[in-house]
Amino acid sequence: MTEAEQKIRVLIAKPGLDGHDRGAKVVARALRDAGFEVIYTGLRQTPEQIAEAALQEDVTVVGLSILSGAHMRLFPEIMKLLKERGMDDTLVIAGGIIPEDDIKPLKKLGIKAIFGPGTPTTEIVEYIRTNAK
Amino acid sequence: MTQDTRKLIKQLLKGNRRAAARLMTLAESMSPEAHAAIKQLYPHTGKAHIIGVTGPPGSGKSTLVDKLIEEFRAQGRTVGVVAVDPSSPFTGGALLGDRIRMNRFASDHDVFIRSMGSRGSLGGLAWATHDVVHILDALGKDIIIVETVGAGQAEVDIIQIAETVVLLSVPGLGDDIQTIKAGIMEIGNVFVINKADLDGADRRYAELQMALELDRKPDGWQPPILKAIATTGEGVSEVVKAIQSHHDYLIESGEIAQNRERRYCAQLETIVEHSFIRKLFVEPEEQALFQQLVQEVNERKTDPYTAAERLILHLIKQKGN
Amino acid sequence: MVTKEKSDVSQQKREWEKNTLKKTLEKSPERRERFITTSSRPIARLYSPTDMANLDYDRDLGFPGEYPYTRGVYPTMYRGRFWTMRMFAGFGTAEQTNARYRYLLEQGQTGLSVAFHLPTIQGLDSDDPMSTGEIGVCGVAIDSLADMEILFSQIPLNKVTTSMTINAPAAVLLCFYIAAAEKQGVSSTQIGGTIQNDILKEYQAQKTWIFPPDPSMRIITNTLEYCTKNVPRWNTISISGYHIREAGSTAVQELAFTLANGLAYVKAGVDAGLKVDDFAPRLSFFFDSHLDLFEEVAKFRAARRIWAREMHERFNAKSPRSYLLRFHTQTAGVSLTAQQPENNIIRTTIQALAAVLGGTQSLHTNSMDEAWALPTEKAATIALRTQQILAHESGVANTIDPLGGSYFIESLTNEMEEETYKYFDRIDKLGGVVEAIKKGFFQREIADAAFRYQREIEEKERTIVGVNDYITDDMLEIPVLKIDPEVERTQLARLRKTRKTRNNKKVDQLLSRLQKAAEGTENMLPHILAAVREYATVGEVCNALREVFGEYQEPIIF
Ligand code: B12
Ligand SMILES: Nc1nc2c(ncn2[C@@H]2O[C@H](COP(=O)(O)OP(=O)(O)OP(=O)(O)O)[C@@H](O)[C@H]2O)c(=O)[nH]1
Ligand SMILES: [Mg+2]
Repeated sequence: MTEAEQKIRVLIAKPGLDGHDRGAKVVARALRDAGFEVIYTGLRQTPEQIAEAALQEDVTVVGLSILSGAHMRLFPEIMKLLKERGMDDTLVIAGGIIPEDDIKPLKKLGIKAIFGPGTPTTEIVEYIRTNAK
Repeated sequence: MTQDTRKLIKQLLKGNRRAAARLMTLAESMSPEAHAAIKQLYPHTGKAHIIGVTGPPGSGKSTLVDKLIEEFRAQGRTVGVVAVDPSSPFTGGALLGDRIRMNRFASDHDVFIRSMGSRGSLGGLAWATHDVVHILDALGKDIIIVETVGAGQAEVDIIQIAETVVLLSVPGLGDDIQTIKAGIMEIGNVFVINKADLDGADRRYAELQMALELDRKPDGWQPPILKAIATTGEGVSEVVKAIQSHHDYLIESGEIAQNRERRYCAQLETIVEHSFIRKLFVEPEEQALFQQLVQEVNERKTDPYTAAERLILHLIKQKGN
Repeated sequence: MVTKEKSDVSQQKREWEKNTLKKTLEKSPERRERFITTSSRPIARLYSPTDMANLDYDRDLGFPGEYPYTRGVYPTMYRGRFWTMRMFAGFGTAEQTNARYRYLLEQGQTGLSVAFHLPTIQGLDSDDPMSTGEIGVCGVAIDSLADMEILFSQIPLNKVTTSMTINAPAAVLLCFYIAAAEKQGVSSTQIGGTIQNDILKEYQAQKTWIFPPDPSMRIITNTLEYCTKNVPRWNTISISGYHIREAGSTAVQELAFTLANGLAYVKAGVDAGLKVDDFAPRLSFFFDSHLDLFEEVAKFRAARRIWAREMHERFNAKSPRSYLLRFHTQTAGVSLTAQQPENNIIRTTIQALAAVLGGTQSLHTNSMDEAWALPTEKAATIALRTQQILAHESGVANTIDPLGGSYFIESLTNEMEEETYKYFDRIDKLGGVVEAIKKGFFQREIADAAFRYQREIEEKERTIVGVNDYITDDMLEIPVLKIDPEVERTQLARLRKTRKTRNNKKVDQLLSRLQKAAEGTENMLPHILAAVREYATVGEVCNALREVFGEYQEPIIF
C-alpha cells in the first residue's frame, strides 16, 4: 500500500518537430524504474500542449528532450506558458543536444538543469530525487 | 483541513484547472486531508454522466476516447478524462502513455485529461480514481470518461464508477472464450468492435452476438454491438448515440436508481476495505500488531482466522480516524 | 559434413585448451568473464576451422560479382573504382548549402547528399506554426522548386548524382529535382540519384512519418512505377538500416529488419503488377557502420548473401542485377561523444574501415562535432580526408574482401545470417512487416536494445573513452556551427514571394487534381510533378494528401 508520501510525477516532453526519441525513451524508462510516474507526451508537441499537460497532470518535474536545435525558440515559449498557468514552482529540466553557449541563457529562463549526451540516467534520477518537491 | 486545501476547493468550484489538478494529486495521496477535501466537494458532484471505456490492451481505448471527446465537444458538452495505466508492482513506477492519443485538445480548456498509475490496485483502476472523478464532476464537466488499465481480465471495477460501460474488443483476438469466461462480458452496456478495418470483424461480431444471446434478459437494456474504426472516427457517432440511449434508458426505466445504488455500495466497500488496509500498513501501531500476528501465525501460535478477528476487533475499538 | 581434417582440429583444440590454455588461465584469468560486441553478442576466445565446418565455398561465398555475392557485388571492387565518397550535408538556406556542395565537389567528393531541415522532412512549409525555430537548423530549408533551383545552381545535374534523405514526402522532393533538372535543360532520363523513400523504417525507427502505412506504401509503389518508366537511372528506395541501428538496435536487428523491409517493398511492387526485374535493380541499401569492426564486416557480407538468395529463390528474379545488394554506409553517429570530441575522428576511422572491408558502394563519415551540431566545414573536411586516407594510403582497397576466409568472420557471417532468418520467421508470424509495425514489434525490440546498451555503459560493462572512463574536465575546445537567425527571414521572404508570383489558380486546380488521383487508384506522381512545376510547395502537396489519407498515430512503446 502506498504511503501518504507524494509520488514524483515527471512529464517527458518532445517539443517541436524533433523526432529523436531514443534518449527520451531511455530516460523515461529509467525514471519509471526509479519508481516515478512518467507521463510521455509523444512526439512533435507544441509549447501549449506541453504546458497544458504539465498543468493537468500536476507534475513535479517537466523534462524537455530536444536534439533538433530549436530549443532557443521553443523553451522560452514553454516557460512563459508554464508561468501563465501559475506553474513557476515546477522543476523544469532538459536534455539532448544543447550547445554550451546556450546553457546560461536557458538557466536564466528558469530551466534548472541540462543533461547532455553521455549523462548516466542514475545522475538524472539522483538530481530529481534531491530537487523535486 | 489546511487553509491551502480550502483555497483549492474554492478555486476548483470556480472552474480553476490548476486547483483541480492539485486536488487530484492530493486525492491520490489517499491521506486524511484528501478525504476531508472530497467530503467538502462531494455536495457539488453527481451531475456528470460517467462513462467507462474498457477492453484488452492496445484495443484502441485511448484512440476511441479521443474521438468521443471530439463528438461530445461538438455537442457543446464539457469533458473530463481519467486514463489509468498499470504501475509496476516492484518499483511503483509507471509509464503513462494514454494521453499521447488525446493531445490535440490542449487549447480547449473545456477538456481536462488526467493520467493515473494504478498504484497497486488490481481491478483496472486506481484506488483514487473515484475521487479524481468526483473532482472532475465538481469542476463541472458534463461528461467524464474513465479509461481502464487494459490488462484484459478482471477489470470489473469500472462498474463501481461508470453509469455506462463501453467494452471494446477487436477482430482476431484469440482469447474470446477467455473474456467470456472471465465474466467481463457482463459489465458491458455498449459493445464496440474496434479496428473494424481489420479482417475478422464480422466473425467477431457473430461471436459476440452469440455470447450475448446466451445471457440475454427478457426485458431491459439490450446491449448493442457496434463496429468502429477509432483511428478514422468511422462509427464513433453511433457509439455516442448508443451511450446516450443507455443513459436515457437508465433514467426512463428508473434503473438509474439501482445503478447508483450498486455503484455507491461498491464505492463504500472499497473505501472501508481500503481504510482498513491502509491502517494496517501505514499506522505504526497497527503495523506492529499486524507484523506480530503474522509472526504468531508463522510460529503456529495462532491461526489466520483468529489473528484476523483480533485485528478487526482492535480496529473497531479505535475511535474516529 | 565434417571432414577428417576438421575433426582433427577440434580434437587439437580441446588439447590446446587442456594443456596450454588452462595453465595460463589458472595463473592469470582473462580481463572479463564475458566478451561482447557493441550489440551485446558474446564472442568466443578463439575461432578455428571447426567454427566454419559447414561452410561450402561455392554455395556460401562464391566469387566477387557472382552469386551469392558474399565477397562483393563487382568483379574488381575497389581495384576498379573506389567507393563513392558522399558526405551528407545541408544547412541554412539553399544558397548556403549550394556553396557547401560546390566546396565539397572541389575537395574531391564524388556525389552529393542532401540533408533537409525538419519542416521539409515532415512535409510542412517554413511558415507553418510547427516550423518555429526549425528553419534551416537540421538541414537545408526547401519549400518549393524555387529553393531547389538555387540548391543546384551551377551544379550540372546530368553529371553529379544526388542522394536525398527524404522519406514521407520523397515523391514531392523527387519531383522538385526533376523540375529543377528540366530548368537546367536536363531531362528526367539523364538524372541519377537516390531518394531514401523508405517509409517502413520511419515507423520503426526514424519516426518522421506523415501518412498511415497503407497509403504510404501506395505512394512508394507509385514512385517505383513512375521511375521505372521515366527516371530509369534513379534509385527509388534506399532501404535503410542506419536509422534502425541508430535508434538503438543491435547489428543483427539492423540486418534482419532492413532486409525484411526490403523484401516487403519488393512484394509490394510485385503485388502492384510490376515485374521484379524491372524495379529491383534500382533498389539500394543504406547501413550503419558501428565500432565493432568484425561484427560490422560480417553484417555486410551476410546482407549480400541473404538478399541475393531471397531475390533468387523467393521472388524468382532472373536478372543478376536484381540480386545485387548495393549499399551506402554512414558511420555510427550515436557512437560519437560530446566529451573529448577529437576522439571521434578515430572512432569514425575504425567505422569507415569496417565499411570498406565490408564492401560498401558509398560512404559518409561523420564529423568530430557530431554530438554538438551540424558539422563545421573544417570538421566535415577532416571526415572526408579520413576516407581519402583509407582509400589512397592504407592499402585496404588493394584486394577484394580481405577478411574473407577468416575463421572468425565466416563464423560470424553465418551466425548473423541464421539469426536474421529467425527474425524473418517471427515477422512472418506477426503477419508481415506492416502488421508487425502496427503491433509495435520492431519498436519494442529497438527500445529494449537501446535501454540495454545504456545500462551496459552505466554499469561499466562497456567502456566509452571520455564518457565513463578516462574522463577529463576539459571544456569543449572545438568550434560549433551556428545557424544565422537571418536564415529564417530569408526563407520566409522567399516563400512569400513564391506564393505571390506564381499562378495560384493553377496551383489550386493541380492540387485538387492530385487529390482526385489520391482518392482513386491513379499514379499520383505525374500530378505531383505538374503541381510542383507551378511552384506548389511541399507543405501544400502534403496537406492535400493529408486530407485524403489522414495522419499516422504510433503505438505507444517504451
Ligand atoms: C541517433 C541519432 C539519430 C537517429 C534517431 C533515432 C531515434 N528514434 O531517436 C536517426 C538516425 C533516425 C537520426 C535522424 C536525424 N538526425 Co540525428 N542524431 C542521432 C545522434 C547520432 C545520437 C542521438 C542519440 O539517440 N543518442 C543516444 C541517446 C541515449 O542520447 P541523448 O538523446 O543525447 O540522451 C541523453 C542526454 O541527452 C539526456 N537527455 C535526453 N533527453 C532528455 C530529457 C530529459 C528530461 C533529461 C533529464 C535528459 C535527457 O539523457 C540521455 C541519456 O544520457 C545525434 C548526435 C549525437 N551523437 O548525439 C544526431 C543528431 C541529434 N541528429 C541530427 C540531425 C540533423 C538529424 C536529422 C534531422 C538529419 C536529417 N536532416 O535528415 C534526422 C531527423 C530525425 C528525426 N527523427 O527528427 C543532428 C542535430 C543537429 C542540431 N541539433 O543542430 C545531430 C546532433 C547530429 C549532427 N551533428 O548533425 N538521428
Ligand atoms: N487498424 C486500426 N488500428 C487502430 C484502431 N484504433 C486504434 N488503433 C491502433 O491501435 C493501437 C493502440 O491504440 P490505443 O488507442 O493506444 O489502444 P489502448 O487500448 O488505449 O491501449 P492501452 O491503453 O495501451 O491498453 C494504436 O496504434 C492505434 O493507432 C482502428 O480502429 N483500426
Ligand atoms: Mg490507452
